[in-house]
Amino acid sequence: MEQLYNNLSLQFELNDFMLRHGTQASFIAKREQLVSLLTNLRDIHGYTHLVMVTCVDWLEDKLFQLTYIVHNHHDQSDIIVKVLIDRDMPEMDSIHHLWEQGRVFQRELHEMFGISFPGSPGQDEPMILEGWQGPPPMRRDFDTKEYCEANYSNRERDSREPEEHMQRKLYPED
Amino acid sequence: MIDNEINYDSEPVANAGDNSSNPTTSAYPDWRKDDNTLTNAGLPDEEQEWFCDARPQPARKSWQPIEDFLNWARANSLWILAFGTGCGAIELRPLVTSRYDISRLGMQPRPTPRQANVFMIGGYVSIKTLKRIVRSYEQMQGPKFVVAVCSCAINGGMYWDSYNTVKRIDEYIPVDVYVTGCMPRPEAVLAGFTKLKELIKAGKAEGQNLYAEKFDWYKENQKKVIKDWNMPDYNW
Ligand code: SF4
Repeated sequence: MEQLYNNLSLQFELNDFMLRHGTQASFIAKREQLVSLLTNLRDIHGYTHLVMVTCVDWLEDKLFQLTYIVHNHHDQSDIIVKVLIDRDMPEMDSIHHLWEQGRVFQRELHEMFGISFPGSPGQDEPMILEGWQGPPPMRRDFDTKEYCEANYSNRERDSREPEEHMQRKLYPED
Repeated sequence: MIDNEINYDSEPVANAGDNSSNPTTSAYPDWRKDDNTLTNAGLPDEEQEWFCDARPQPARKSWQPIEDFLNWARANSLWILAFGTGCGAIELRPLVTSRYDISRLGMQPRPTPRQANVFMIGGYVSIKTLKRIVRSYEQMQGPKFVVAVCSCAINGGMYWDSYNTVKRIDEYIPVDVYVTGCMPRPEAVLAGFTKLKELIKAGKAEGQNLYAEKFDWYKENQKKVIKDWNMPDYNW
């Protein structure tokens, strides 16, 4: 894995290399180089399987971290590529031309974090949140509880001690 | 365990999170044309004539002894539409297979709303699912009953602060019996159905009529959370 990383570093600007369990490498890549890096990994190094694309919201640093995980079926190794993008202008290059399923992940990220992937098919259609009008709900500055209280009503809770309650229910004469 | 009290909120009040305090000045909100017709405003023009625009009406009762006989017959023929909205729906499989075998009690699962008369809601209800629930419930033919299984359907359960899960399903459709638990054992679900049978025989499972009577209250609540209403106002 280290050798692969060193080879890739000649071509791409990478840093923060980390190796776990011997087969799981992760590093941070540059935003502009991501698509060519993934193409390279897929076509030359055998990382043919896109496991997932996900996002971490670094609210304090004003960054979104997009995480791409690719898998190599020959030696069962994974590579985790992280990309940091600006939180105020969340836009990223689409990878749906490399992996067809990429558009599903991108659609979800668009819905949940409000990151836009220009050109990704169907990204403006609602996927899970039909008719959603609030801000993207997975951002950390979205207050779930507040939204919930403003929109859905509560039922009053009435709690009972299970042991006592069942005793009274099953053996009322005791 | 079964929640015995059926919680019918009878007065059409706005719910707790009402932030608009209902400034509808006209007598009819936009989805009502007049006392008996609905506008179906959510539908595109070319689909308008595909759907009926009448309001549901409460069923007329016949002479009491006949009604009692009918209720006895209804109680012994429950065909279930199981909507697996959440994890609790997994409990229906043991229920219909050989161990608990509900067909000995005159019940069986059906694949479509048109053939069923008991709607079993299994678990948490998100907004997207609520839309399907309303549509399926309205499509079922009367007399129809609703059994809500799982804590999530009763008070939100562990989704009590979720942004996309409604916490009280009885604000959107009338519920006859609740079965609590996370998730309830098949025995508990069976006990729930037994309770439902008792209620039907006693003539107390009147959810369908309640829905027709309090139609405006239910619709207002539904429209408040389903923001992209693109189906008929009542799905006949
Ligand atoms: S009550 Fe528990 S089992 Fe049922 S839907 Fe909720 S989380 Fe799932």
